[in-house]
Amino acid sequence: MAKQMKNPTLSGRRWQLYVLLAPFLIIFSLMIVLPVLASMILSFFNFDMVSLPSFAGLDNYIRMLLHDNIFPIVLKNTILLAILTGPAGFLLSFVLAWFINEFGRTARTLFSFMFYAPSLAGSAVFIWQILFSSDSYGYINSFLLSAGFIIEPIAWLSNADYIVPIVVAVQLWSSLGISFLSNLSGLQNINTELYEAGAIDGIRNRWQELWYITLPGMKHMLLFSAVMQISSAFSISSIIQQLAGYPTVGYAADTIVSYLNDVGTVKYEMGYASALSVILFLLMVLTRWITNKLINKAGG
Amino acid sequence: MKNLKAILHLPARNQTRRYTRSRAGNFFYFLFLFAAGLFSLLPMIYCIVTSFKPLDELLVFPPTLFTVKRPTVSNYMALPDLISGLSVPLSRYVFNSVFIAVAGTALCVVFSAMAAFVLSKTDIKFKGIIFTVIQFALLFNSYTLAIPQYIIYSSLGVINTYFVYLLPTLASSMGVFLMKQYMDGYVPDALIEAAHIDGADWFGIFGRIIVPIIKPCVLTLTLFTFLGLWNVQSAGTIFSEQLKTLPTVMSTIAAGGLARTGSSMAVSVIMMIPPVLVYLVSQSSIKETMGSAGIKG
Repeated sequence: MAKQMKNPTLSGRRWQLYVLLAPFLIIFSLMIVLPVLASMILSFFNFDMVSLPSFAGLDNYIRMLLHDNIFPIVLKNTILLAILTGPAGFLLSFVLAWFINEFGRTARTLFSFMFYAPSLAGSAVFIWQILFSSDSYGYINSFLLSAGFIIEPIAWLSNADYIVPIVVAVQLWSSLGISFLSNLSGLQNINTELYEAGAIDGIRNRWQELWYITLPGMKHMLLFSAVMQISSAFSISSIIQQLAGYPTVGYAADTIVSYLNDVGTVKYEMGYASALSVILFLLMVLTRWITNKLINKAGG
Repeated sequence: MKNLKAILHLPARNQTRRYTRSRAGNFFYFLFLFAAGLFSLLPMIYCIVTSFKPLDELLVFPPTLFTVKRPTVSNYMALPDLISGLSVPLSRYVFNSVFIAVAGTALCVVFSAMAAFVLSKTDIKFKGIIFTVIQFALLFNSYTLAIPQYIIYSSLGVINTYFVYLLPTLASSMGVFLMKQYMDGYVPDALIEAAHIDGADWFGIFGRIIVPIIKPCVLTLTLFTFLGLWNVQSAGTIFSEQLKTLPTVMSTIAAGGLARTGSSMAVSVIMMIPPVLVYLVSQSSIKETMGSAGIKG
């Protein structure tokens, strides 16, 4: 990189770099960085969206950690759902892309279309509502009844024992979005001469090839995918509400995001909602930091 | 030529015949993927099937997933009537949706690629801090940003203009992050140094060297951004009906109640067509790009 600086033709043209960076950076600072800072500041205020914000110090955080009965439940749910869907979603979007990449052009296009179809179809969660419908006509219930596994229909979506596994399944099924596509484009870019050289050097099956050649070549795409998964795994909310409403039975599956939506939209406590989103943000930053350590270890 | 190919990571022309692959293994994968894929196709198939159902079959519960006893196009034929009742002509909604999706996608992809190039391949000041902020911004929940963003819109005077559709997409740091990772991984520094020696300036390096190589990534981001913008609906920032998008028409039709179920499915099917087309075009040109990338450098 130092070499570039000594280049006589370029030393006087650094303004071009600022021109290239400016459009995004200006809009990003205005529309994201400023609102994030505003939201962080707002978490130290009481704000009902009608009267002016009044300073509250650490009240919102004290209330959250000491006096709020719902917060511990939604915190636990958020972490549980993130653990159950984050790593699995990350693996799934890589493994499926890797499987698909094994095939020729036609099969590859067909499969990638199939797996991306839920995203293309818009809101696709309704299909799960039909499957898990709680009367005896729902597909799963009618199958289990006729096969004799159960004697009366199960209310899948209003039973605290089933709601979490169902949410996990739906989230995984609908999570094949941008990480899946970016993994596919990354896999097609790995230098195939490496694969030929690997075969000569004694790599005998696809698993060794995956470990020694494919994974190192995918490092950058995998980091991208990891961050996107962290972001989506900690923010599951609309899926739960579409399936089981808000709040779910005994807050069995509600997350911090569901809760802060409720606090802000229904109870008009924007200061408290901001404090909740700051805590969620810290939780994700911590996870991001741990993930980074893990990826660096695997890379080294 | 051979080195150039190595630098550009050209893929093999025939990836299916590799030393490390067994036929049995491939067959097993194929079956597994096909079964899982069919399941993923369910919502799309269900929408299409439902849009051809007559009213009495629509009301059957549980709905049949794959079959229609008496298929009908009446749900589609009813659309012109439903649409003629709108206060603004349909063409206006179509124009709004197409304009927002195309202009927004183009600007987003270009701005993201430009910024990612600077962050990935140059030594501009503060680039480490800027990139960290970009990554962390992806982790902040968007719900609480709505109020500050509304205040910014109103102080910029852009409420009730196309800008409220475009700005959130253009500010999204996901595209820059994706592009930067791609450039870090697949655009060799040697190529840029070579261009420096040839006397190219930064604009030239970006336009003639970076853009052709990152085309697969450009197509992926195009698809993703288009999909988001195609389904965009204003939330409290657009008041005139003239500036609203096609999803508004969809909700208007769906609001007509039970009798409109079939027609609102028909609209969903029609709404699916542009994203599917963009998907097919972008994914099939990804492979072509890969084959020809080496010759341009």
